[in-house]
Amino acid sequence: MDSVLTNKNPIIYPKRTRRYRTDQSSTDEFSSTNRIRDIKDPEHPELSLEDLNVLTEESVEVDDHKSYVRITFTPTLPHCHLPTHIGLCILVKLVQSLPARFKVDVRVAPGSHDKETTVNKQLGDKERVTAALENPELVALLNKMMQVC
Amino acid sequence: MDLMEKNLELVEIQKLEGHTDRVWSVAWNPVSSHADGVSPILASCSGDNTVRIWEQSSLSRSWTCKTVLEETHTRTVRSCAWSPSGQLLATASFDGTTGIWKNYGSEFECISTLEGHENEVKSVSWNASGSCLATCSRDKSVWIWEVLEGNEYDCAAVLTGHTQDVKMVQWHPTMDVLFSCSYDNTIKVWWSEDDDGEYQCVQTLGESNNGHSSTVWSISFNAAGDKMVTCSDDLTLKIWGTDIAKMQSGEEYAPWIHLCTLSGYHDRTIYSAHWSRDDIIASGAGDNAIRLFVDSKHDSVDGPSYNLLLKKNKAHENDVNSVQWSPGEGNRLLASASDDGMVKIWQLATKP
Repeated sequence: MDSVLTNKNPIIYPKRTRRYRTDQSSTDEFSSTNRIRDIKDPEHPELSLEDLNVLTEESVEVDDHKSYVRITFTPTLPHCHLPTHIGLCILVKLVQSLPARFKVDVRVAPGSHDKETTVNKQLGDKERVTAALENPELVALLNKMMQVC
Repeated sequence: MDLMEKNLELVEIQKLEGHTDRVWSVAWNPVSSHADGVSPILASCSGDNTVRIWEQSSLSRSWTCKTVLEETHTRTVRSCAWSPSGQLLATASFDGTTGIWKNYGSEFECISTLEGHENEVKSVSWNASGSCLATCSRDKSVWIWEVLEGNEYDCAAVLTGHTQDVKMVQWHPTMDVLFSCSYDNTIKVWWSEDDDGEYQCVQTLGESNNGHSSTVWSISFNAAGDKMVTCSDDLTLKIWGTDIAKMQSGEEYAPWIHLCTLSGYHDRTIYSAHWSRDDIIASGAGDNAIRLFVDSKHDSVDGPSYNLLLKKNKAHENDVNSVQWSPGEGNRLLASASDDGMVKIWQLATKP
């Protein structure tokens, strides 16, 4: 982790209520997608992605019939250099908790980051994602981000 | 024989279990074929860091795992390729190395390890004569290795030019022309004009000449070597053609020209395309399906147009990473590899 913070004074947003399905479906993709909002910010581990509005309820699109989940996240700053880590963490979290049939796309919200196209292409390349996840140091960082308080 | 008129289907012959992680690639031993009286042999490589060698019993016709090549590569084995003689198997790994394995009949031994790439090696390919190999990596480079005597390999060239991760290298089926495709959305053609000269990039197929608009994952040639198919993250297959006679006559380099684009068929990234000896193109994609395409044979003045012969939905339970036709002539077997950890053997057969 860098000793100099990219975003020293993050804005903290009030929490939104979360949607829960009332039926006890064993393939409850909403509880899976809810969980990603608890992921910690890599620079401010005491804050979650939801606290920073990186992820909101509107970030999640689920198409159960098509077995498709699309996540759109908003980095805290347009020049933030950590969006790939955040995206990877979201991917890992979802792959761990969603049924295998789901295809997952994680993307930066349009217009919210300088290197939107580059980050999106990296997150969309499953071979590079796989290779990155064979790096133990990166995996340790992602695991720290996924720790629940 | 018009394939479109036949009522064809892709029948699953067998599911090969054993890998404990996703299977990235499959490769048919070029020498094996039922017609020759030799049992077919297939290699598969995986995120479990191993390569499995599968063989079909000539008696029961069922496939079994003959051996597992392990404890050599320390990370994912991304690609594997047999030498034309069928005696050697090359394996490209995320550990930055390429392993060369020799088949001693009942077992395989790693006889050489090619090092030099700065990070993950994505693909390996033998030329038609088996005298050299090519490898490519996320370090953006393509290396050509010369096969020397005594299990030694010499780096003959380090080719730079791609601006991003190089996904695949493939030699031309009849000539010593090398093709590479990349995360930079282009396909590059490498050729040495003089036999002892240096390899240079003689052509780049990019968006400006009807190329792909996203990562190019795979390259395959037809039997004659005058057409090429490429597949991409842009959800299209592209067909390219060249004047092979001019190239073979040694006159000059004959450029590759875009012939047509197959779009609208695939729902997610196409990871693999392979052209069979009898002109069927197979594709494997992230939508878990395998599709087969054939030329419409209309002999149109506008050039070839390819039609969907069939689509096998849910061929696998996850992304299809590799599709490979078996090398035999009349034998129409297709092998596929998937993120579901399975290798499958398919037969293209007429519906009953």
